[in-house]
Amino acid sequence: MTLTLSQKRTHLDGRNDKLFKWAVAAAGFFVLISLFAAAAMMFKGGFDAFSTFGFKFLTSTNWDPVQRDFGALVPIYGTVVTSFIAVLLAVPISFGIAIFLTELAPNWLRMPVASAIELLAGIPSIIYGMWGLFILVPLLGEHVFPWLDANLGVWPIIGALFQGPPLGVGMGTAGLVLAIMIIPFIASVMREVFLTVPTQLKESAYALGSTTTEVVWNIVLPYTRSAVIGGIFLGLGRALGETMAVTFVLGNAHRLTASLLEPGNSIAATIANEFSEADSEIYLSSLIGLGFLLFVVTFIVLSIAKLMLRSLNKREGN
Amino acid sequence: MLNKAKTTLLALALTVSFGAQAAEITGAGASFVYPAMSKWSADYNKATKNKVNYQSIGSGGGIAQIKAGTVDFGSSDAPLKVGDLQASGLAQFPSVMGAVVPVINVPGVKPGSVKLTGPIIAEIFLGKITNWNDPGIAAVNPGVVFPALKITVVHRSDGSGTTFNFVNYLSKVNVDWRNKVGEGTSVKWPVGIGGKGNEGVAAYTKQIKGAIGYVELSYAITNKLNYTAVRNRAGNFIVPSKDSIKAAAASAEWNDVKDFSLVITDAPGDQAYPISATNFILMYKTPKNAQRSKESLAFFDWVYTNGDAAAENLGYVALPAELTKSIKAYWAANIK
Repeated sequence: MTLTLSQKRTHLDGRNDKLFKWAVAAAGFFVLISLFAAAAMMFKGGFDAFSTFGFKFLTSTNWDPVQRDFGALVPIYGTVVTSFIAVLLAVPISFGIAIFLTELAPNWLRMPVASAIELLAGIPSIIYGMWGLFILVPLLGEHVFPWLDANLGVWPIIGALFQGPPLGVGMGTAGLVLAIMIIPFIASVMREVFLTVPTQLKESAYALGSTTTEVVWNIVLPYTRSAVIGGIFLGLGRALGETMAVTFVLGNAHRLTASLLEPGNSIAATIANEFSEADSEIYLSSLIGLGFLLFVVTFIVLSIAKLMLRSLNKREGN
Repeated sequence: MLNKAKTTLLALALTVSFGAQAAEITGAGASFVYPAMSKWSADYNKATKNKVNYQSIGSGGGIAQIKAGTVDFGSSDAPLKVGDLQASGLAQFPSVMGAVVPVINVPGVKPGSVKLTGPIIAEIFLGKITNWNDPGIAAVNPGVVFPALKITVVHRSDGSGTTFNFVNYLSKVNVDWRNKVGEGTSVKWPVGIGGKGNEGVAAYTKQIKGAIGYVELSYAITNKLNYTAVRNRAGNFIVPSKDSIKAAAASAEWNDVKDFSLVITDAPGDQAYPISATNFILMYKTPKNAQRSKESLAFFDWVYTNGDAAAENLGYVALPAELTKSIKAYWAANIK
């Protein structure tokens, strides 16, 4: 009897194992399938635009619903630039927050600040957009933009970035709002991974006479590097696709300018703004094509990140 | 036994017929008319127990939905052309009116004191007039002192019927605009920044000194924006109001067009406000479901008779009586 029972048991375990394997494999493939299905649908929807405008769809700055002539360069440029500004501003601040919370802050302060960050991450993006429009825009328009225009705008080369009318809306404002939106994401990931650094490592470094700065740079950061970069790219991914907050403060103008103080447009904002009233097939197709290009842009950016990470690891000899 | 079955059947038949009486019709389209539609359908439901379900998905969506036959009526801010209506077997008639008003933010200028002409507005939006102290603006505003302040144009970033009526007006009064930009629910703006929705344009205009934008009249009033008078075709400067919008609808040449396919901007009346706007309803001339079509017409009939006050409280303007009379004649002649 016991033998049969154990045989039964083995049989049952084997079957359960298989079931479990299939269940998790299905979950894994679900991601792949939905990703490819979405990309394929958008490519199909945008095919009309791709075949009509050809390569010009990527290089043209024209966006004319009346003449039905569409080019995606302005929204692509706006998406990349605003997200780049956002990451540029958000990474140092998030790093500071995470280091402060894990290494320096008194214990009683750690929990409240950490929960505050998580709450910030939960605020709907339209609230950031409204805050940007009603608080940040007038502030920047009256005080910051004129100063930038007068002081940095006269510099050679980079001055072109800071010339423009003191509107308060523009790609710089959008980048700033995006930065504030992605700080909670990046900061909480950084905080989590900094907590995983073994205390022995840090204590050994301190015992050898390292300062806190040295411990952070030489122990904590190298130990968590790939996870930190992962967190940054999670934030970047969110910035690339953000819609509502951006459209409130970006100015939504289909014009290509170098200046960060001038209005621009982004892929997600263009789609959100124009989708409901797109009144011709080619217009609709161009908007869906833009969605596909957002996929492509995100894919390229993430691939670059992965390659960077790999070459970094190689140099370290891992 | 038989008797009992009969009563049950009768009861069933009664329930069915009662079910049919409390009808529910659906419409979809322009967001411009959505607040009025919700109020009307709530009042209509109270008065008749019938329900009207209106989805505010935009004019483009409304046209697509009625052409696909998924709704009982569609709604669009731009009238469909007669050829298009005939090709798809649709009938078209106006529902309610409003106005698009230029709003400005010029410090030191008294609210309501500024007058503009169509050609001046067009040149501002083309980027040809760039400063408030332009002699062209001063020429039509004797007694108003304008500061030397750069003009910032604010337009809609989303496609909208408000934009359609505004640029339709500019196309009618300025050849350059017609050739370079044209008309549509969204256009390629030569200059300026885009705000999302009426509220977005209102917010930008309020915050940027020197801004000029355009919004629906009710938004200009509720946001306390400084709006301008506009010179009409007869040469008078007209402040947008219930009366001047009604004057525009009354003077528009409805009899010259089929299927009410007319944009009432630049109307000829002496007191007509030139950027008045009409919303249009689209229905099948020979509907698949005649009952639902009848119920839709009953709803609009009720709206023309009882909906004026509700619409006007929300900043719309009801159609003048002669127009609703000819609409009802049009129904009788065209919709089965």
